[in-house]
Amino acid sequence: MIHLEVPKRLRPLVALAHSVAAGYLRPISRKYDRAEHAYPKELDLLAAAFGGLNEAGGLGGAGVRGESKRPPETARERRPGSAQLATVLGLAELCWGDVGLVLSLPGQGLGNAAIAAVGTAAQKARFADRWAAMAITEPEAGSDAAAIRTTARKDGDGWVLDGEKIYVTCGERADLVVVWATLDPGRGRAAIKSFVVEKGTPGMEVVRLDRKMGIRASDTAVIRFDGCRIPADHLLGDEAIAEQAGFSGVKQTFDNTRPMVAAMAVGVARAALERATELLADAEVRPDWGGPLHAGPAAAERLVDMEAELEASRLLMMKAAWMADARRPNSMEASMAKAKAARVANAITLGAVELCGAAGVEERELLEKWARDSKILDIFEGTQQIQMLIVARRLLGKRSSELR
Amino acid sequence: MYVLPVVPNRLLEGSLRLLNAFAGSELAERYGLHEPAEQWLQRGTKLGAELLSRAAARARRAASAPTEPGARFDLTPTEDQELVRSTMRRFAEEALRPAAEAADDALALPAEVTAQAAELGLGLLAVPEAYGGAAEARSPVTWALIAEELARGDLGLAWGLLASPSAAHLVLDHGTEAQRERWLPAFGGDAFVPAAPALLERRPLFDPRAPTTRAARKGGGYRLRGAKALVPLGRSARFFLVSATVRDEGPRLFVVERDRPGLTIESEPAMGLRAADPCSLSLDDVEVGPEAKLGDEGFDHQRVVDLARVGWAALTVGQGQAVLEYAIAYGNDRVAFGEPITNRQSVAFLIADLAIELEGLRLMTWRAADRAERGRPFTGEAHLSRAQSARVGTRVGTDGVQVLGGAGFVREHPVERWYRHLRTAGVMEGGVCP
Repeated sequence: MIHLEVPKRLRPLVALAHSVAAGYLRPISRKYDRAEHAYPKELDLLAAAFGGLNEAGGLGGAGVRGESKRPPETARERRPGSAQLATVLGLAELCWGDVGLVLSLPGQGLGNAAIAAVGTAAQKARFADRWAAMAITEPEAGSDAAAIRTTARKDGDGWVLDGEKIYVTCGERADLVVVWATLDPGRGRAAIKSFVVEKGTPGMEVVRLDRKMGIRASDTAVIRFDGCRIPADHLLGDEAIAEQAGFSGVKQTFDNTRPMVAAMAVGVARAALERATELLADAEVRPDWGGPLHAGPAAAERLVDMEAELEASRLLMMKAAWMADARRPNSMEASMAKAKAARVANAITLGAVELCGAAGVEERELLEKWARDSKILDIFEGTQQIQMLIVARRLLGKRSSELR
Repeated sequence: MYVLPVVPNRLLEGSLRLLNAFAGSELAERYGLHEPAEQWLQRGTKLGAELLSRAAARARRAASAPTEPGARFDLTPTEDQELVRSTMRRFAEEALRPAAEAADDALALPAEVTAQAAELGLGLLAVPEAYGGAAEARSPVTWALIAEELARGDLGLAWGLLASPSAAHLVLDHGTEAQRERWLPAFGGDAFVPAAPALLERRPLFDPRAPTTRAARKGGGYRLRGAKALVPLGRSARFFLVSATVRDEGPRLFVVERDRPGLTIESEPAMGLRAADPCSLSLDDVEVGPEAKLGDEGFDHQRVVDLARVGWAALTVGQGQAVLEYAIAYGNDRVAFGEPITNRQSVAFLIADLAIELEGLRLMTWRAADRAERGRPFTGEAHLSRAQSARVGTRVGTDGVQVLGGAGFVREHPVERWYRHLRTAGVMEGGVCP
C-alpha cells in the first residue's frame, strides 16, 4: 500500500532525536566550531545515554549505526521496515542539530558500519561497543580507491601494515581504525581488504590533524602505518582474493553508509531552510502555498524551490533505507539518495546564506556554519561524481571498464 | 507552510540543556564526576536512561497526539493497483505510442484510442457502483499511477483521455447528490464520454484561486462572463466544468454544456499536448440554472487546484520516464568516436541525473496523492510537486533531445514531441483530477 509518511512507531524516536539535537547539540554547536580539535566532552554523556537507552530498548532498537545486513535478533528487529529507516530518520534529526558533533559521537564511527557490514559474527561480538573509524583515502588515492598503496603483508600468524592514510574521521579519538590495504598491489580492487587496528598498536602513528572548512568538531587525522603488526583475525571477512568479486566485502558498507550521509544532508539542509524561512518571515516574505508558481517575491519562490528539493532528497533517502530494511539490493538507490541529498544540502545552505544577507554570513547565526559543514557531504563516502558513475553504470548496464 | 513531522518537546530540551551544561562544566571535570555520571547512564538503570526513557515516553505521547493512525512508509502498490498499472502500461505501449504522432498533427484523440480506453474501463474505474460504474474507492493514488502509465505512452493523448474521468471525479468529489445522479451514470457506459475541467486563463501569473471569469447571480441562476484557455477535448466535450468567481463566495465550478448560448469554442493549437484538442472557451453572458453550480457551501476549490497539480506531476513523471528510457536505448546504441556515446561521462551523467530527478519527483507525487487520498492536508505537498514537476519535466524534455542530438530535433523520434509536451505541462493549472 503506497504510503510515504514517517511511520507512527518511529515518531517517538524522531521526536527524541530532535529534542537531543535542539537541547544538547545546538547549544554547543558554535563552541566546537571555534575550538577545532578540542574534544567535545559533552558527547561522552550523550553516547552513554544512547548506550543505556539502547539496552533499555528505549530507542526502538535503533542507534545511529547501519546494521541492516546482520540477521535480526529480537522480535522488534524482525518486524520489517525499521532499522535502517529509523537510523536515517534519527540521524537526520541529530544532524539538524550539528553534523560535526554527530560525526564525533563516540561509538558511532563509519568503521562500526564496516564491521557490521562485513565482519564475521565473532568479529562483530569482539568489536562491539568499540568506537571504530574508517581509513580509506591516501595522499595519492581518493575516489580511485583501487589505487591505494597501503599494503598488508602476511607475517607469521599476523598481518603487517605499511602506508599512509589521510582524512580519517575520528582517527585520533576512536578506539579502532578500519584500514583498507592491499594484499597485492598488482591485483587491483579484488586484493583490497579491510583490517581492524587497535589504537596504540606499535607502528601506528597519528601524524597530524587537518584544519578544515567545516565539521570542525570532528577530528580528521593523518595516520601512518610503519611495520604495524596486527593479529590474523583482524582482517574483516575473507582473505581469499576473488577476482570477479571486485570490492566485495568492503563496498557493501556503502549501501548502508550512503543513506546515512544523505540523512546528514537532509538534516543540515532543513536546519538552514527553517532558519532562513523564519528570518524571511520576519521580513514579511512568505511563500504563498496553494497559490500560483512564480507570482510571489523571488526570495519566497526560492524558498519553495528549496523546500521541493529537500522533499525530493528526504524521500529518496527514505526509499533507500526502506529497501535495505526489506532486504532488497539498494546500491543504486543509496547512491541516488546520497548524490541528490548532498548536492541539495550544499545548494540550500549556500542559498540560505544568500537570502539572509549579513545575517547569513555573520557568526552570530549558524547559517554560515551550516554552509561550511554541508560541503563535505558531497565529497566523503563517495563524491557526487562517483555516485553518478554508480547510478549511470546501473542504469545503462555498463561495466566499470566501459564507463570509466 | 509545509508541515514538518517533528513535535518539539520543550521540557525534554530543557533537561537536556541542563545535562549538557553539567557534562561540559569544569566542575564535573575537576571533581571527576564524568566517569560516575557515565556509569549511571550506561547501566540503563538509574538517572540517565530512566530520565531519557521517560522523556521518550513523553515524546511518544506528544508525538502520537497530532499524528494519523497507521502512518507508515511503503512503496508497494496494492494488487489491484498493480493490475491497473500493468494494463495501462500495455495500452500505452501498444495503442498510445503508435497513435501519438498523427494525433499531434490532427489536434484530436483518434476514435480507436478513445474506444479502446472505454473498453479498458477508464470511465468505469472513475465512477462508483452506486452510479453505474465499477470503482470500489475514490483513490487519487491509483489515478496518479494511471496518469503516470498513460503518459509513458504520450502525454498529449494521456491528458485527453484523463480529462473525461477527471470531470467525473470533480462531480463525484464536489457535486450534490442530484448532480452526481445527473452526470455520472454516462461515464460508466460503453462509450468514451468527452467532458473537461476548465480552470486556466490566458494571463501570466494566473492564480487558479482567483479566476477573472465571473458568475453573476441572475434570477435563480447565474450568468457567466470570461474566457478559459487550453481546455482539453474542446471540440467534443459534452460539458465543461468552468471555474468562475462568485461574489462573496469565491471560485466555484459550473457545469456548462457545450450548446449553451453565449459559449464559443475555438481550437487553439499549442506548442504541445495537441492530441488532447486544446481549445479556448469564451463565455459571453452564458446563462445557467442554479443546479449548474457544483456542490454546496462546503465546496473546496483549493482541493480542485491541488489535485490537478498532483495530476500534472504524475503525468510529468510518466512522460519523463518515457524520455529516460528512450535516451538510454538510443544512447547505448549510438556510436561516436568508436564507442557508444553513453561510455562518456558527459552523456552518462546527464542520463543518471534525469533518473534521480524523476525518482524524487515520483515520490513527491505519490506522497501528495496519498495524503489527498487519506483526507490529510496536502496543499503544501501539491504545491511542491507542482513546482518540482515544472522544473524537472522541462529539464528532462530538453536533456532527452540533447542526448539524441540532431536526431532529437527531427520528428523521426518522439523526443521532440515529448519536449513540447513537457514544457507545456509545466504551465498548466486545472484540467485534470486524479
